[in-house]
Amino acid sequence: MPTQVNPQTAEKVITDGLIEVGAEPAEISREATFESLDVDSLDLVEIAQIVEDEFGVELIGDDVQNLKTVGDVIDMVVAKAS
Amino acid sequence: MSSTRQPGAEIQGAVLVTGASGGIGAAVAVDLAATGRPVAVHYRSDAEGAEDVVARIQAGGGRAASFHADLGDPEAIVTLVEQVEGRLGTVLVLVNHAGRRADGLAAQLDDDQWDTVIQTNLSAAFRLTRRVLKPMLRARYGRIVNVASIVGPRANAGQANYAASKAGLVGMTRTVAVEVARRGVTVNAVAPGFVETGLTADLGDGAFVDGIPARRPGSVGEIAACIGFLASEEASYVTGTTLTVDGGLSA
Repeated sequence: MPTQVNPQTAEKVITDGLIEVGAEPAEISREATFESLDVDSLDLVEIAQIVEDEFGVELIGDDVQNLKTVGDVIDMVVAKAS
Repeated sequence: MSSTRQPGAEIQGAVLVTGASGGIGAAVAVDLAATGRPVAVHYRSDAEGAEDVVARIQAGGGRAASFHADLGDPEAIVTLVEQVEGRLGTVLVLVNHAGRRADGLAAQLDDDQWDTVIQTNLSAAFRLTRRVLKPMLRARYGRIVNVASIVGPRANAGQANYAASKAGLVGMTRTVAVEVARRGVTVNAVAPGFVETGLTADLGDGAFVDGIPARRPGSVGEIAACIGFLASEEASYVTGTTLTVDGGLSA
């Protein structure tokens, strides 16, 4: 069963995913950009997979083109789940 | 062979070979079972052939199961990979071998002949690649081998749809390869020339063979060996390339 999506669970899963792909935990915040975290496009693909496994929410196509910050991804996941 | 670890011992995961009920696909499935990974033998219409391949693998001490799917149907592709993952594990080696032909001069090809060939030979390979890539990226390991054809770079009257699909595969191979290379995932193609299989049985020999420097068609085993290399752990620095296996025809 996928985990229930809310802003808190989304933030936790995405933060854990960012740490897993090598982002510095202390620098992760809603406002942090992926560029500043040194998170590249393939890292984002992996985070999308983590999100999909956890919540059953698929991030694909145009969804992912305009994501710049950690908050953008959290908001996108919450929006797509509702 | 500088790798000393038991192939497949450290990097687990399953092999999926599409169109594996006969010909090159069957030979590849049997060869790759020897790496120790379980092999998913995909088929569309020849259940008996697929079961025979599974039996051969099991007789050799390997693990295998057959899976039916019409790769022209995007939903069936999703289901196929889910079933393979459920029974055999994450797909870390994918061989896109399934291919169809529907020949005719371009002026007389109907939409169905065009679409069927593009859907199976190109779109299905893309959809399978997209589906298995994410687990491969997470695993930091993956091998994708696309079976193209010398009909693609070379012309063969009556096969505009087939040539377009195979040329498309080669372009896709290169592009996906550079996208994922830094994660230990390689993507390559093999381009066979004239091979003795069911798919080419109606082409006959004679004139074809005279034009081949090796003076004979290739065997299924000769193509499978090249696919097997590109699918191996030893081929870790080969990516984005197309290995032509044609007895010198395009040299």
